[in-house]
Amino acid sequence: MPKRRHRWPYRLVPLALFVGLLVSGCGQQYVLLHPKGPVGTTELHLLTLSSLAMVVIIIPVFILFGIAVWRFRDKPGNKAPYRPDWHGHKGLEILWWVIPAVVLTVIAIPTVKQTYALSKLPATTKNPVVIDVTSLTWKWLFQYPGHHVATVNYVEIPAGQPVLFELTADSAMNTFWVPQLGGMEYTMPNSVLPLWLEANKPGVYWGRSGQYSGLKFEKMTFNVKAVSPQAFNRWLIKTGNTAPPMTLAKYHALLKFNTVGVATYGSYPANTFPSVTKGFTLQGGMYTTMHDQKNLIYVPMSGMAKTQGNP
Amino acid sequence: MSLPVEDEKIIQHVPAEFSDEKESIKITGFWMFLVTDVLIFASLFSSYAVFKNQVAQGPSASQLFTLGPVILETLLLLTSSFTIGLAIYAMRKENKRALMFWLILTLLLGAGFVTAEVHDFVTFVSAGATWHKSAFLSGFYILVGTHGAHVTFGIIWAATLLFQVARRGLTAVTTRKLFTFSLYWHFLDIVWIFIFTFVYLNGKIV
Amino acid sequence: MPSFVMYLVHTLFPHDVLRPTELGADVMIIATGVIIFYVLTKQKKWLYLWREWLTTVDHKKIGIMYLIAALAMLFRGGVDALMLRTNLALPSTPVIDALEYNQVFTTHGTIMIFFMAMPFIFALFNVAVPLMIGARDVAFPRINAMSFWLFAFGALLLNISFVIGGSPDAGWTAYPPYTGPMFNPGPGENYFFLSLLIAGIGTTMTGINFLVTVLRMRAPGMTLMKMPMFIWSALTTSALIIFAFPPLTVALAMSLFDRIFGSSFFTLGHGGLAMMYVNLFWLFGHPEVYIVVLPVFGIFSEVVATFSQKALFGYSVMVISIVSIMVLAYGTWVHHFFTMGAGPGVNAFFGLSTMLIAIPTGVKIFNWIFTMWGGRIQMTVAMLYQMAFIPTFVIGGATGILLATVPADYQLHNTYFLIAHFHNVLIGGTLFGLLSGLYYWWPKMFGHKLDERQGKWAFWLFFWGFWITFGPQYLLGLKGMTRRIYTYPAGFGWHTLNVISTLGAFVMGAAFVILVYNIIYSLQHGEKDLTGDPWNGRTLEWAIPSPAPEYNFARIPVVHERDAWWDMKQKGQTLAAMRPEDMRTLELPKNTPIPFLLGFAFFVVGFGMTFEWWYIVALGAIGVVATLIYSGFDYDEHKHIAAEEVLEIEAGLGRVQG
Repeated sequence: MPKRRHRWPYRLVPLALFVGLLVSGCGQQYVLLHPKGPVGTTELHLLTLSSLAMVVIIIPVFILFGIAVWRFRDKPGNKAPYRPDWHGHKGLEILWWVIPAVVLTVIAIPTVKQTYALSKLPATTKNPVVIDVTSLTWKWLFQYPGHHVATVNYVEIPAGQPVLFELTADSAMNTFWVPQLGGMEYTMPNSVLPLWLEANKPGVYWGRSGQYSGLKFEKMTFNVKAVSPQAFNRWLIKTGNTAPPMTLAKYHALLKFNTVGVATYGSYPANTFPSVTKGFTLQGGMYTTMHDQKNLIYVPMSGMAKTQGNP
Repeated sequence: MSLPVEDEKIIQHVPAEFSDEKESIKITGFWMFLVTDVLIFASLFSSYAVFKNQVAQGPSASQLFTLGPVILETLLLLTSSFTIGLAIYAMRKENKRALMFWLILTLLLGAGFVTAEVHDFVTFVSAGATWHKSAFLSGFYILVGTHGAHVTFGIIWAATLLFQVARRGLTAVTTRKLFTFSLYWHFLDIVWIFIFTFVYLNGKIV
Repeated sequence: MPSFVMYLVHTLFPHDVLRPTELGADVMIIATGVIIFYVLTKQKKWLYLWREWLTTVDHKKIGIMYLIAALAMLFRGGVDALMLRTNLALPSTPVIDALEYNQVFTTHGTIMIFFMAMPFIFALFNVAVPLMIGARDVAFPRINAMSFWLFAFGALLLNISFVIGGSPDAGWTAYPPYTGPMFNPGPGENYFFLSLLIAGIGTTMTGINFLVTVLRMRAPGMTLMKMPMFIWSALTTSALIIFAFPPLTVALAMSLFDRIFGSSFFTLGHGGLAMMYVNLFWLFGHPEVYIVVLPVFGIFSEVVATFSQKALFGYSVMVISIVSIMVLAYGTWVHHFFTMGAGPGVNAFFGLSTMLIAIPTGVKIFNWIFTMWGGRIQMTVAMLYQMAFIPTFVIGGATGILLATVPADYQLHNTYFLIAHFHNVLIGGTLFGLLSGLYYWWPKMFGHKLDERQGKWAFWLFFWGFWITFGPQYLLGLKGMTRRIYTYPAGFGWHTLNVISTLGAFVMGAAFVILVYNIIYSLQHGEKDLTGDPWNGRTLEWAIPSPAPEYNFARIPVVHERDAWWDMKQKGQTLAAMRPEDMRTLELPKNTPIPFLLGFAFFVVGFGMTFEWWYIVALGAIGVVATLIYSGFDYDEHKHIAAEEVLEIEAGLGRVQG
């Protein structure tokens, strides 16, 4: 028996390694822990809050469990009381319905609050930049409906102000995700989901798809270039004037099942954002907003409003 | 500390199909099967409700449906639900001939229903309304088609029951089989009432 | 004719199936087949196999067949996992290409959930439920055999996809429109949908069967509130199956029709709505999580009471919590796709319902700990799994709460954090529980214990292997690594953690090897169980010999208290002191080839439809209808064991007075 006790520390080595890894987890590569925009920050705060709440539950449970296992193990001479018929205790049992309920309420209230809050653009926002995002088969197409410029596999945004992305797909499902700016949302054919994000500072933030979509799915990546609002406006004008136009032939080439590099276009053919051709209304979505009707023409379709929100 | 097996059975005045413990358990099982079938149809109905407006380039519900044949189908199926009730009544009275008569009549009405429905579908498809056309049509055909397939299966099932009853008479086993069939048939009737209301009437009016 | 042969070869063995791994698998399968064929012929065991196993309706034998299938599938799914992990440890020189990786993660998930966890659970249900409630068999023995063969042929259909025609590659969730013919031609996804449809029919029938068994077949005196917790878990699981599988059937059928009959449910064009599939799938999928975890709660409740040598703490609270989990399980499915934009109201509702379901689960954890409190804990392998389960599952549950925090889920969805979370509950919960049950009920199945020393080795390797594999994956999630990528570029800091994770996976692989060795070793050298009650058990299955005789109970026991067998032992009673005059002729279900033939006919339909060969489909369909009609006319369902024969068997086991 004494020999067995001696082995315990070795069994804990992997645990120590894991804790070590956790402690070392403060580098910038832990992108979820180092958000660069308000949406990501809110999400991180909730993650931290619920993690702390869980720790509050886990630690007493582990201590209780450890004591139970140690104290009541079956060895000769164990002096702990043996009560084979002890089958319940009303007070205790009520207690552990109440404790988790209280802790979860602490998480639940801010969760609901933020779920609603993040579904709208901040109240102060006027005329946000709207970018139409279409996932194609293993590439991303970004269109700026207000300015009729388009990019492929990278997107330029103004820093310091909210940007509204409208997500759809002319492909299998994907998710549009820029972890440093905030959470992801699906791109799905025959529907448009809105998502707003904001970068605090100029910089390049990587994005990728989180929903598997086939052979070259790991190439569904893009960069978000956040620049100052002035630089962004200059870029829009310059691109509109100098970049080559996206012809219908070029658009159809994008619909092929392949991967391409980055590209910039000074214009694009009408009706290439699927929502326009297929007719959708913006409805539902976590980051829904009353969006600026002047920028986009949506053809409302009977019934979509019903099915989209609550299928 | 055990009871002899025989003592577990308590003889009661119950219908033949419940008289044997094993057969009675099978009836409980059949109810559970009906629960799964209810859920199949619930899933199909909810899908139909979602797909209903996804008509794409195809016809809409109100353009597609004509109520005449549907009312005929409804009458046939409702009547057959009545005749299967009479069949079970005859079974309880241990009147084998009457039971066979009502059961055959039920099957004929069911066959009439299926024929009318197939005719309906053929008309739709030859007018170009295939289920490839739109999600709405897909949802419509799978919902109504699943019901039709159930009725067809029921007809085959009951036909085999006719042979069994003819050969073995009204035993605990055959009465249990007839009783579960009647449950199945009434269930299909109820599903049809929902289809009639939510698919055809609703589609025609709204 | 030659052109037909060439067509056949090209269809069955297309270019992308002829890769080294597949060819290796082909050779291994053929070699194994030849060896099995040779041994069976040499030992003249074909008839034995047919009479005693393939046509059996005995719940104990069906349970053992489920178990063998589940362990084989655990091997297949585990090898898949090692292939995936190896690739991720070597991102710059992938061992398998993207296509194969996609196929392997699809089969890994599908097999582990549908063809490993489910049959493992049904194995334990079959072995233990009738014995625990004092019944001679399940409510519908023939349907039970049909369920097994539909499952087995469904599993076979999915497994042959690897070597014939090409595997599915759309993930175990198979979201459209990627599964549509436009993105995914070929037979792969057909295999997926058809095998799950066929196995799903079997599973639904199992649910009905065990629900009715528990409701109608209990021994006299065993009221609902005197049932063992494992029986409560069987009851709630069966109810979940009955309610969860129909939506899956509908979703799978619609996807299949989109592929081979040209319908437009979830297609890119024609107004298809892929999100409807996602709703139907998770309407099944979330209850499915509880289908695989509730039985484990039941197993642990039995194991913890037995090896703490103490009554289960708070039985009625345990019942209330398991029933509330069952009910709430239907109200949380949207949390699998918060990020599909159902709106803040819907998301908030489902976030709250997900947190709500954590409360009854947490209550169970406390009750298990307090079952140990005041007991005398014996550190058997079964108990070790239980003790590893508590901390592991608590952490898995806690990370689940993080994912239920809707805005946080927007970040964590489809990352390795999610992967780590669900493996945390599925391995730390389901697999640990099933292995615990395996060690616990093994003596009842085979009449000997599994070697405890080897079992402890396997246990510790599983436990630490699990944490080494999935601990780093939580961190990878925080570093933004998404799931289902076969390689990744440098610069994200993902490599080191992936290497550690892969090492852990191989540790678990070693644990599996030891487990298999343990089983083989114990068949020869395992400690014989002569009493029928090796663990000083509490429930009725330990009141009869190990392995149980064909009829289970010579006489049906009468139950007075909750832990019926413990109660009898306290009062100095036994079931082993029968008098010759008490013996009765027993009616038992009779063996039948119908279930096997039905399963085979379904397999033919499935195989034909996979390749859209309609003559074969027609052939199989005729087989299905013919088998069912034949079954309807077959009134010879029972056999009888004479009282004298029962007496002889019982006397041989030393259970007759005088």
